[in-house]
Amino acid sequence: MGNRVGIIGVGQTHHAAKRLDASGVELIAEAVTRALDDAELTIDDIDAIVVGNMDHFENINYVDTWAVDGLGAFMKPVFKVTTGGTTGTTVGACGYYQAASGLFDIVLAVGWEKNSESDTQAAIATCANPILERDSFAGAIGPLATEYSMYMKAFGATEEDAAIVAARDRNNALNNPYAHSRQQVTVEDVMKSPMLSYPIKFLDMCPRSDGACAVIFANEKAARKLCPEPAWVHASVVRHDYTHFGDLEWKFMPTLERASAAAYKLAGITKPLEEFDVAELYLPASTCGVKWMDSLWFCEHGEAPDLIRKGTFEMDGQLPINPSGGVISTNPIGATALIRVAEGAWQIMGKSGDRQVEGASLALCTGFGGCSWSDVMILGADLP
Amino acid sequence: MGMYTDKRKRTHTPEGYELLTHSSGDIQYDFGWHCGPYWSKFLGEMRDNKRFMAVKCPECGTVYVPPRQCCGKCFVDMNEWVEVGPEGSLEGFTVVRFPYIDPNNGQMKKVPYTAIWVTLDGSDTRYLHFCNEPDEMKLDVGMRLRAVWAEKRIGTVHDVEYFEVMK
Repeated sequence: MGNRVGIIGVGQTHHAAKRLDASGVELIAEAVTRALDDAELTIDDIDAIVVGNMDHFENINYVDTWAVDGLGAFMKPVFKVTTGGTTGTTVGACGYYQAASGLFDIVLAVGWEKNSESDTQAAIATCANPILERDSFAGAIGPLATEYSMYMKAFGATEEDAAIVAARDRNNALNNPYAHSRQQVTVEDVMKSPMLSYPIKFLDMCPRSDGACAVIFANEKAARKLCPEPAWVHASVVRHDYTHFGDLEWKFMPTLERASAAAYKLAGITKPLEEFDVAELYLPASTCGVKWMDSLWFCEHGEAPDLIRKGTFEMDGQLPINPSGGVISTNPIGATALIRVAEGAWQIMGKSGDRQVEGASLALCTGFGGCSWSDVMILGADLP
Repeated sequence: MGMYTDKRKRTHTPEGYELLTHSSGDIQYDFGWHCGPYWSKFLGEMRDNKRFMAVKCPECGTVYVPPRQCCGKCFVDMNEWVEVGPEGSLEGFTVVRFPYIDPNNGQMKKVPYTAIWVTLDGSDTRYLHFCNEPDEMKLDVGMRLRAVWAEKRIGTVHDVEYFEVMK
């Protein structure tokens, strides 16, 4: 068991389809500076740095070397971590591991991406085996669309159920000044939006964004000294099972089931739907906001549509999901999962402004990488 | 440092210079991927004998398509080859309608196309391929499918032209 660790500050950029006003390293500096200011620290207080993105999106390799200045990493230990869509939460997990190890007191974790610099779907498709699998599946959307075709058939879920999730997240983004896409939409608007890949429509799917996020992890002693209300890390779990796309069980999400079960055990959570106050989940498409609810142990397999239709996960529901607007409103891919952790931390720290869930003291944050693995981080106001 | 200004809509620097984008130009970047013995046999059997060859795990009994050396769940070598298909069941599908750059050749992907997961009879995993039915309303999870072999076969996944719905 590692030492206790708390998040003491977070920062993120204003995210957009294209941030022509800032290069990659300038985006990173924007997020890092805001995180340091949030924690009331200077760069001299940072002992180690973890950074991540996916090199092939920009075709500029080794961000750990070329962004040293914007990262504040001059003459410091800096590591790059890249795990696909989960990069952000994995960067967060590594920041946590380093602080929890006792080897470093204060660790800065940074995720970023400039998706506008290339064709995102083409870049994502390179994750598929080029000999056997790359031709037939279209970046992130193809497998996500296909898994929902299976879930609909198995459990009677509908395209409208996904549209409810899309409208929820998109309308929540209106309360988030950092979000890339901020538009008021109805379930009907989602249903009428152009079909991208059956059954996923334009408004069901995440955009591609430019942006960066930074989160500062501190060991217990430093966190208590430096921060009045740290967001304590109660659990951080990573699970992978992919070999080939076709090996996976797609009617539910095994890595998310295993990762969340392990994280709940570490955090002593037995009734997640009742115990969590807020969740920031990596839902790359609204369809995942239906299907994956089963896999987070909120209900039995196939019961998610009932919870969705009852408004369980709306801002005024039992467990608000994605007050920030989530991934379908903002998606700078290497930062996307770290934004889940940052937003969860801000909820615990009471710094979420118009999107604050009153009195939030236990937050669930997830990361997703395709296909198809999961990271889970649980944050709380009380010491773990 | 002006870090808290929302600069997203800027088109010029404060001094009035237009914000520039530098194009990579027409990059060509070639790779040669090694198939190894399992995939070489799998693709060779499709090319020469129009059949799907899978491997079976000696521990858990899972029959894997595509074949590979190691069972991920049991971490043991797999050496028992079994023939599977050429018929199977449709496990999931999507009809892709949005255009994107095909990373295999740099050209825009031709859409729409139907991507499928098919469980070949006798196997336990799903094989990724194409279906020739472009209308999602005419497809249903659980349908029976049959491989249609290409006339000219060269040892790639396209030696199966597509899967068709069995009448």
